[in-house]
Amino acid sequence: MKKILIIGIIVSGIIACNNNQSGNNTNGANNSGQNQQTGNTGNPSYDPNRGEGKFTKVDVSPKLDVAMATSGEKVYSVKCAACHKLTDERLVGPGWKGVTSRHTAEWIMNFTTNTDEMLSKDPKAQAMLEICLVRMPNQNLTDQDARDVYEFMRQNDGVK
Amino acid sequence: MKKTKPLMLALAGAFLLMAQYSCKPKNAGNAVSGDAASKAYVAPGKYDEFYNFVSGGFSGQMSVYGIPSGRLLRVIPVFSVDPQSGYGYSEETKPMLNTSHGFIPWDDLHHVEMSLTDGSPDGRWVFGNGNNTPRVARLDLKTFRTAEILELPNSAGNHSSPFATENTEYIVAGTRFSVPMDNSNGDVPINTYRQNFRGTVSFIKVDPTSGNMSIGFQLRTPGVNFDLSHAGKGKSHDWFFFSTYNTEQANTLLEVNASQRDKDFIMAVNWKKAEDLVKQGKGKKESVKYAHNVYDEKTHSSTSKIENEVTVLDVKDFPDIVYFIPCPKSPHGCDVDPTGEYIVGSGKLAALLPVFSFDKIQKAIAAKDFIGEYDGIPVIRYEAALYGEVEKPGLGPLHTEFDGKGNAITTFFVSSEIVKWNVKDLKIIDRQPTYYSPGHLCIPGGDTKKPYGKYVIVYNKITKDRYLPTGPELNQSAQLFDITGDKMQLILDFPTIGEPHYAQAVPADLVKNNSLRLFDINANANPYVSKGEKETKVVRNGKRVDIYITSIRSHFTPDNIEGIKMGDDVYWHVTNLEQDWDVPHGFAVKGAQNAELLIMPGETQTLKWSPEKPGIYPFYCTDFCSALHQEMQGYIRVSPAGSNVPLTFSTGTNMPKDTVSVTPMGK
Repeated sequence: MKKILIIGIIVSGIIACNNNQSGNNTNGANNSGQNQQTGNTGNPSYDPNRGEGKFTKVDVSPKLDVAMATSGEKVYSVKCAACHKLTDERLVGPGWKGVTSRHTAEWIMNFTTNTDEMLSKDPKAQAMLEICLVRMPNQNLTDQDARDVYEFMRQNDGVK
Repeated sequence: MKKTKPLMLALAGAFLLMAQYSCKPKNAGNAVSGDAASKAYVAPGKYDEFYNFVSGGFSGQMSVYGIPSGRLLRVIPVFSVDPQSGYGYSEETKPMLNTSHGFIPWDDLHHVEMSLTDGSPDGRWVFGNGNNTPRVARLDLKTFRTAEILELPNSAGNHSSPFATENTEYIVAGTRFSVPMDNSNGDVPINTYRQNFRGTVSFIKVDPTSGNMSIGFQLRTPGVNFDLSHAGKGKSHDWFFFSTYNTEQANTLLEVNASQRDKDFIMAVNWKKAEDLVKQGKGKKESVKYAHNVYDEKTHSSTSKIENEVTVLDVKDFPDIVYFIPCPKSPHGCDVDPTGEYIVGSGKLAALLPVFSFDKIQKAIAAKDFIGEYDGIPVIRYEAALYGEVEKPGLGPLHTEFDGKGNAITTFFVSSEIVKWNVKDLKIIDRQPTYYSPGHLCIPGGDTKKPYGKYVIVYNKITKDRYLPTGPELNQSAQLFDITGDKMQLILDFPTIGEPHYAQAVPADLVKNNSLRLFDINANANPYVSKGEKETKVVRNGKRVDIYITSIRSHFTPDNIEGIKMGDDVYWHVTNLEQDWDVPHGFAVKGAQNAELLIMPGETQTLKWSPEKPGIYPFYCTDFCSALHQEMQGYIRVSPAGSNVPLTFSTGTNMPKDTVSVTPMGK
């Protein structure tokens, strides 16, 4: 009986922790910046080119997918344009000109869909936060939205 | 078996520890240590150690919490109507919300300031600012009610307010928005900001005996945004410090356009000198309109008077009363330490925290160590005023309070933490995460000459997952830390009303012994009082009907009223005859288009009622007052306009007409 109880404690400890972590994924205002920075830069398992999120490998064709880019532009005008210009001028967030050469498709799509976790982990995202001082909000893009927006970014960067 | 048990237990412990560490200090569960509950625990029936007066933000009200329990003790209606008490609905309280724009039922209360004597809270009054339609309110801590509201002319967004000088000689009110002045033509293109828009800072005189407020004088300044302010202390007693932003003088997309300059300013004002100039008659009297509303505790009613004049000093004409000190990146908080020597400017977009020295500012002024002028105001060289900078303190510093042991605690909005640092050596002592994105913070007495220390309460802007979800809208969360040790310890979360901005906390003894329990019925000077049931009556004057009615456990007198006609305006003047603590009576009548009344013992309040159609209307007591509370009710009869039903009123004498008999019980 006691054994079961003890195992129960162990299991519930693990579950509680998992809950916390999944909670952290969705909650927008986790503590970030200073305390986190030191804790994570030394993490060897973190791939700063890919970022943190569900996208590990995005297939990108050399040619532009016009339909996706058009859908992406629609998402942009509703959810992104208030803070990001298409030039290199910073508004609230950085301008999008050249963004596809600064970051990989995976990094961008992870950042747009897993914003909070990236802001608390990713050195490049944190460096940008120190300049902009406004945490990018999670705008609840679907996976397809994120892919479409990426295609629109490519179009903006001159891919034909 | 016996041997495996301790092993299993150790294993379980290790797992739990691992689980905790791998979760990081992101969630309350692991940021809170074992004795937190006992530190915040106040046993049932016991009193809290501190009163905490907290701004209600966009609720327009002020809330009162007990610390350390986090119990909500009271919400005091200030700038917004309150249907539960009838504030802003009763005839007696409507004038409190009058302005030069007419009756305004709502405002946004940001900052709270206790009245001070010799730099310490004296427990008499607490002030709050109305940010939208610019006003300052004074609340009386005998009654925990709004005693006075003063509108501010030449102002728009009274944000930099209501901070007090050391003896409450003045309460200040700096405008957030610069605007064209009230007595000039305001119908100008918005993009003529630089030509036509000016800033103002009002110095509101507070009568030391009555507390009554009046605008002593108003400084006219260049067109910038004033954000926050604090008075000097001790050696800097004669000075007031204001943070400014938008020195770019942008009129659109300030998010970007007011963040261009490397530095904005802290404005240092020698208010004593300004006061002298006004005494010498150097101020210009200008014609403006603003409301001044006062509640009279004796008549239980308020009056609103429109004032017509304000005395203005244009700082351009008096260059030795105002100086600008450059301060990095849109400073928000502007906080003066208990000694009055150090002024902390929190540039909300800055990566460091500058601390200015009062002595150095004085030397720089004497030596004219200026880098130039801004709109005619001398600008002191940054390094000449600077004591030092706290390096890498965090992201997005907003506000600072002091613990009375030589340390400061600052909130960091962007990095969501509070940071404790030493004011002398500017070294960081501790940092703790908050949940999430803190705005203001409050240490009991933390902005005064003698902080009580012990706790810091942090008012967070974002709640997210802290409590059980309640849909898209969540109450803001406050967090209480024990600051008696070097490490700040989180001991309690509690939800707040509206959006708490600034708050003040004082020892309970300073306030609780003066708290009024009831109003003396004999001293009730309301013109519509009924001192006893004998004085109740119903009086018709044309289409106006005045009902003088009393309540006592558990009946109204009168409770049967007939002879009201369509088109009448009926005024219910309800006097609560009780003379016992905590026995209010409520009053509600069917179809009333305003609210209820909640009448305290010995008080008279009036509800206006204009029935829409003939019929019988019940009225009743809304506040459960006795075992026979449900019996505390009455009827009023409304007849068509031309009817000849006579005006009658009674209690206990209007007996049933015996044409129909009640069926005897049991048959």
